[in-house]
Parts: sequence; structure tokens; C-alpha cells
Amino acid sequence: MSTGDLWVFVEKREEEINPVVFELLAKGCLLNEHLSGSVIAACIGKLKVSQRDMLSSYGAEKVISLFGEEEASHGSYDYIEIAELLYAAVKESKPSILLAGATFLGRSVMPLLAVKLGTGLTADCTELEVDPERNILLQTRPAFGGNILATIECAVKRPQMATVRPHVFGMDMVRRACKIEIEKRHYNVSGISPLKVLETVIEKEKFDITESEVVVSGGRGLGASAGFGLLEKLAHKLNGVVGASRGAVDLGWISNSHQVGQTGHTVNPRLYIACGISGAIQHLAGMKGSETIIAINEDPDAPIFEIADYGIVGDLYEILPKIIERLK
Amino acid sequence: MGLEILVCMKQVPDTQKVKIDPERGTLIRKGVPSIMNPFDESALELALEIKEAVGGRITVLSMGIPDAECILRDSLTLGAEKAYLLTKGDFAGADTLATSYTISRAIKTIGKYDLLLFGKQAIDGDTAQVGPEVSAYLDLPVVTFVSDVIKVEKRSVVVERMIDNGKQVIKAPIPSVLTVVKARQRLRIPTIDGIVSSFERNVVRLGPDDIGADIKRCGLKGSPTRVKKIFSPEGKGSTSYIEGNLEQMSAEFIDVLKHKGLYRR
Repeated sequence: MSTGDLWVFVEKREEEINPVVFELLAKGCLLNEHLSGSVIAACIGKLKVSQRDMLSSYGAEKVISLFGEEEASHGSYDYIEIAELLYAAVKESKPSILLAGATFLGRSVMPLLAVKLGTGLTADCTELEVDPERNILLQTRPAFGGNILATIECAVKRPQMATVRPHVFGMDMVRRACKIEIEKRHYNVSGISPLKVLETVIEKEKFDITESEVVVSGGRGLGASAGFGLLEKLAHKLNGVVGASRGAVDLGWISNSHQVGQTGHTVNPRLYIACGISGAIQHLAGMKGSETIIAINEDPDAPIFEIADYGIVGDLYEILPKIIERLK
Repeated sequence: MGLEILVCMKQVPDTQKVKIDPERGTLIRKGVPSIMNPFDESALELALEIKEAVGGRITVLSMGIPDAECILRDSLTLGAEKAYLLTKGDFAGADTLATSYTISRAIKTIGKYDLLLFGKQAIDGDTAQVGPEVSAYLDLPVVTFVSDVIKVEKRSVVVERMIDNGKQVIKAPIPSVLTVVKARQRLRIPTIDGIVSSFERNVVRLGPDDIGADIKRCGLKGSPTRVKKIFSPEGKGSTSYIEGNLEQMSAEFIDVLKHKGLYRR
């Protein structure tokens, strides 16, 4: 008997597929080695041929494209409509597992869907495995601000649903792209959302701190807002973005779209440079998943050094200009 | 205009003060103070601002151990008119689905609300699921990750919400559920008058029978998910310190970048 299919919700952002989708498909293929269903990409609306090929090369065996009765009037469906479309599709096909990125969109769609389906949902997972004996998805996630990890399962209800933090899984192509089937389905859910988008403001040019490979962050230790100018220079040299601790944001030195930590963004870049950040637990919760952490701080006892791979004890206003000079 | 505003809140351990037992790798909860979840504080502050702007009444609702009454009492001193606490053994051990079911049952019982505010997530569980899930049970629209309320009209509310790469301004109908990220203003502190007048108000305790809840759908019994294992994250390896004079330190820094493939040349 088949253990059921594994679905990945294909999140699009301004027509581009969010990279977390490819991470989930590749991970889905690994999980599926213990299962016997198919890995299916569930997308809303049309896909370009190149996008279909991408989904295929990261492991999708089939694409299911969902449409409302009419094209969404505002060009794209909102999370309430997406939840309705997915609900209709999941009810029809009964996949065993449904994964989505733990993005603002994924974390809005999935809870609505979970209630409609009457099933469990695990938020913001950082590891997924399959218990091979029971064919059950084991979902591991941080809690208490990242101080503990909990492994959660949804043994009886289906589908087993999880949102998964971006960047925790690799994005390895599984195979050469091949022409996979696209099944189009139409459901009558148009005009269902009572929400009206009056305005969308994209901050800076595609500024998204969670997508960057390098994050250069500053805290109270910068001493003044001007310190972020220096961090900006370093970030620019490294193709990175600037982050900040809550302390710096609260002082009004930088906008909260830069904030990293439990009440800000969670980032997992390849390199995180913490400048003048002491390392409160809330901040660590938002960046401890970074591949490499370099901390620069005048206080040798700052807790940030406990989780840093590299530490520099010293005055960042002396060290950073020197580094920036060498990068020229 | 007189809006009925509901704020749902959770008492949480102050994660800033949580320590890890280094031997056993478990959380030391003992002696850790309990606080109102910071995102719920933001939701309450927004509710108070809306009440000041357009008039109305605020009701606060929580689920938890009897001690969670503290955060409801605090809310009463700040200007909430009514407070309800869901506290009964049957509710314990609930995952987000069972929690949302229970809270939605309570809401249906205690009144009709124009705006239902939740903090976007609690800092202990960090799921960000209960607000949207309650909206689904109540069949009300939800606006997630609300950072500000811009305008409240008779039949609609205009809010700003965060998205991954920016923000949106959304017009939602009344009634709607809003989940709130950190607001601009910190939660105010109570006035003497506020404290004194709160003495007249009580926190009403509710059990499953009071809210017509099916106990098979509450608490651990009603939870499709189970925690199988709790463990502490592996610590990072030891820190290597980059030392020396400025020239040496900056050179070594560049070496790290090169080693990571983040700087070529």
C-alpha cells in the first residue's frame, strides 16, 4: 500500500518561485526514500516552462496547478484564497505530508488550512526525518527562543503538515530536468477573501535579510547610528545585508526590518558578523543557525563569543576600516 | 463608535531569564518569572490606542494555569473591562489545534467582537499559529503580522502588515482577527486610578462546560500532534580568537572569508 504523496506548496513572490520550495522538494525526495508515494509540487496559478523544469530538477515528480474559477482580480491570490484552493485540492487527493516554507505567506496559509483539515501543524521546523518503521514524519523545531529543540509527530491525522525554516536544508539538484506532468485543477473559490490590498511597499530593492548569504549586524556597542554606515560598507563589499540587534533598533538607529532575533527576523546565512552585539538570548535565537559566526566586541565576556566560531576582542571602529580597506 | 475589542493573551516564562542546566541540557524553569507574552503586550497596547481613538470596550482572554490570572489583572488595571481565564485540567497539554478550538469556543460563548487581537506568537512556543487558527474556527478573516492600525471605520479597519520583503496596507472588514507583531509603542504602565478601579472587576474562570466545549477536542486528548522528544541544541565548537595587531587581525579575517568562499582574490 502506498504511504501517500508528499506535497510541497510552491510559494511565488512576484512570479518568482521562493528558493525554499526547492529546498523542500530536495528534502522531500530524501524523505520519500522511506515512503512510497510521489513528491508533488502544488502551485497556485500558471507556471513558466523554465519554472516547471526547475521544480522537476529539484525533485518534483508532478505539478498540480490550482486555479480559482476566475483569475484573481488583483493578479495574485492572498493567503486566505490560497488556503481555500489548497484545501479543495488536499481534500481531493489526500496527500500524506504537506510542507511549506516558514515564510510570512506559509505561516499565514498553513494554520488556516490545518483547521479546515482538522489536522496538526508543526511550525518553523529545522529538521525533518521519517520514522521508517511507522512511516511517520518526525518534525523537529526550536522552542523557548531556540533554547530547546522538540521533535513532534502527528501520528494519526493526515496530512502531516509542517512549515519549514528557509535555508536549513541544502538546495541540491536531484536530477536532470525532465518534462513532468502538469495537472490543472479549477476550484470555485474566487472572490472569497474579504481583504483588500491598498498598497504594497517593497523595502529597498528586494531587501530580504533572511535571503542573504552574509549578514553584518550591529548592536548597542556601535555607540551611535553612524556605526551602521561602516557596517553597510562591509556588507556591500561582501554582497551582504545589514542586520541589527533589538537594542539598536529600539534606540532608533536603524529600522526594524533589519532586526535579527526572537522579535525580529530569523536568519541562517553562511556568514554572520556580529559587531558590538553582546548576545542576549533573544538575539542568539535569531542567528545561531548561521553557518559561521564572527563576533567583534570590546567585552571579552560578551555571551556572543560563546556561540561564535571566530572572535575578535577589540574596537570595531579600528578593525572594520582595516578590513574594508583590504577588501578593496 | 464603540467597538468591542478582544485581546487574547498568554502567560509565558521570561525566556530572557531561562537558563539551561548544563549537565542535563534541560530548561531550568524554577525561579524564572512569568510575564505577559511581549507580542500580546503589543496587541493590548494597540487595543488601548484604538479604544482611545474611537471608543469601545476591551475584553481580555487567556488560557493557562490559575496563576495566568496575573496578566489578566494587569490588563484590567490598564483599561480592559472584562477578563476571562480558561483554566481546567482538561485544557492542559493542548497543541495549537486544540488550543485554538478551545479559545474559539470561549469567544463564541462570551460575546461578539469587532476586532480580535492576538500577539503574532508566544515567545515560549513560537508557533504563530493560534491567532490564524482561531480565525479559521470562527470563520472570520485574519490579517497576520500586523505592525500598525492606521484607521478604524464603522465597517472596516485599515492596517499595515509585514511581508517577507516589505509591507502591505490592508483593508479588512469588521469583524476581523489581527495578529500583531511588535507595535510602535511599548505597553503603557497603569495609573493609580486604573489600579483602583480594576479592584471592582473580576477575572471570570471558565471550564469546558461553560463554553460548551467537547473535551475530546481540548487539551492533550484533542491534540493531533505530540511532542516525542525534547533536547538541547548541540553547542557550537570552541571559539577561535583572532588576535594580534590590526594588520594581522584584518588579514586573518580575510582568510576566513576566503576559506568560506565568500571572497575571492
